[in-house]
Amino acid sequence: MTEASLPADKSSGLLIDEARGFRQKIIYLLRLLWRDKSGMIGLILFLTLIFLAVTAPWISPHDPLQQNLRASRLPPAWSEGGTWDYPLGTDNLGRDLLSRIIYGSRVSLTVGFFGVLIAASLGMVVGLIAGYTGGRVDSAITGLINLILAMPYLLFVVFIASIFGRSLINVILIFGITDSPIFARTTRGEVLRLRESGYVESAISLGASQFRIIFRHILPNLIGPLITVATFEMSAMIFYEAGLGFLNLSVPPSIPSWGNMLSAGRKYLTSSPWLLTFPGLAIMFTSLGMNLLGDWLRDVLDPRLRRVKK
Amino acid sequence: MQRYLLSRLLQSILILFGVLLLVFFMVRATGDPARLMMPRESSQETINAFREKMGFNRPLHIQLGDFIWRALQGDFGDSLHFKTPALPLILARLPATVQLAAGGLFIAVVVAVPLGLVAGSTPGSLWDSFARFLGLMGQSIPNFWLGMILIVIFAVNLNLLPSFGRDEWKSMIMPCFVLGLPTMGALVRLTRSAVLEIRGEDYIRTAYSKGLHPNLIYSRHVFRNTAIPLVSVIGVQFGYMLGGSIYIETIFAWPGMGQLIEQAIGWRDYPMIQAIAFFTSLVVVALNLFTDMAYAVLDPRIRYRR
Repeated sequence: MTEASLPADKSSGLLIDEARGFRQKIIYLLRLLWRDKSGMIGLILFLTLIFLAVTAPWISPHDPLQQNLRASRLPPAWSEGGTWDYPLGTDNLGRDLLSRIIYGSRVSLTVGFFGVLIAASLGMVVGLIAGYTGGRVDSAITGLINLILAMPYLLFVVFIASIFGRSLINVILIFGITDSPIFARTTRGEVLRLRESGYVESAISLGASQFRIIFRHILPNLIGPLITVATFEMSAMIFYEAGLGFLNLSVPPSIPSWGNMLSAGRKYLTSSPWLLTFPGLAIMFTSLGMNLLGDWLRDVLDPRLRRVKK
Repeated sequence: MQRYLLSRLLQSILILFGVLLLVFFMVRATGDPARLMMPRESSQETINAFREKMGFNRPLHIQLGDFIWRALQGDFGDSLHFKTPALPLILARLPATVQLAAGGLFIAVVVAVPLGLVAGSTPGSLWDSFARFLGLMGQSIPNFWLGMILIVIFAVNLNLLPSFGRDEWKSMIMPCFVLGLPTMGALVRLTRSAVLEIRGEDYIRTAYSKGLHPNLIYSRHVFRNTAIPLVSVIGVQFGYMLGGSIYIETIFAWPGMGQLIEQAIGWRDYPMIQAIAFFTSLVVVALNLFTDMAYAVLDPRIRYRR
């Protein structure tokens, strides 16, 4: 990758569309990412999270469920009474905090990924139908979306979670379904915009089929905005999952998750604050990373913003 | 204008009706509301007796009709835990929660709006960096976690602020700040981007080209138009805070509705949760309607649009 392969005019902001070919586009994106330091930090944080989740069994110093009552509530290694055997200390049952945090990333990432996958799929289909058909169907769907978005979201999530009981699948389904209106709204808005665009009009006048217009001209253009929304929503879901865990409404207590750790650590708030500090920091850095990444993606993937932001 | 308000009013009523249906069907979603509301170890006889007493054995449409009819009269059934009507219990808790949320909103607006205005007017400045940082942190820090950390610092170690309760004005500081933090972040981002966007509008260019002083341009044109998106999100943010108060009230033992929900979940007191869910939605919907009206008054473009 040399300077020469970049467009000459750097001040205008680099446009992905100018680069031809898939490989070049990827290189181009990385190049853009390199220029935006906060986006880079976001990506690094996000990749770290994935790395932790995938390699948890190999990099955890201990079994996250292994209890050792003789070593309960040990402080972090660098403070008095701590040992490097348990770098971040242990909880009330003597379980290694670092290992539990590493394993906890699996719950967060699973909930975030599958929750967003369900929400995006549902929302995209509904939004496409609304935006493309228009008329009564559109008004009905928009009304429903507004209805759901006008409700106090957190309260209803807590309410629903308390009814269905603690399991990973339930948590994923709750977030997947309750969050889909956001995706539906984005999709609908984009479809309405795209339908009026010049190239869709040309495609219609050339006699392209509905099928072709939707799959060839509309869907590919939805990916950018939806990925951006997905990043923010994934961050929000990880956040809310921890909140549910804190209220003892997320995954069963036997599974190490950041929210469950916060809930358990709350009892030792004054005597062992590290039980709270580290899981909270894990949530914060995850959320921070995804928000930074989302901000960057929005700037890069939305051509309209790219034009404004110089 | 009247037409707009009327349609918004109708929409609000429709939303509340939808919430009523949701609240009704949700407790029946597992198939057996009696089992959901009784302690796990209850015998089959007690559950059957409870089902009989609550009328869960009647046909569904009769239960629904009854539920809606009573809800319209303000009767959401009795709390299972307190054995008294749920609504007065909630209303007794309302002032505390409103105080908390209003305090949180106040802190958020007081910090976020001036900062966002300065940041948006001077992109790239130190203030702008600070605003972006605050916006990001408000979004990324789990506020209920921050609440507990602040308790450790300010109540336990420094002994400066009370860690729980609602007895003195000092006990408001931490819960309000923590509850308002996500809103603060959202408002900073919104204000900043609104100012940035308005700066690029045609009427601003016109104002410059006719030689208006930049101070006047900002005070008359930019800042005034920034108020429009701000007003429209405040209703949404308030609703968000009412939900977030579940966590904050639990942590700070703040005797409001949020704490009541958390307790009611532990008691399996679903009539109470249903009532709170509906009542909170009512408050949020009313607030949204109110902000939309304010919106229409502020922005003639909305008033005349059909």
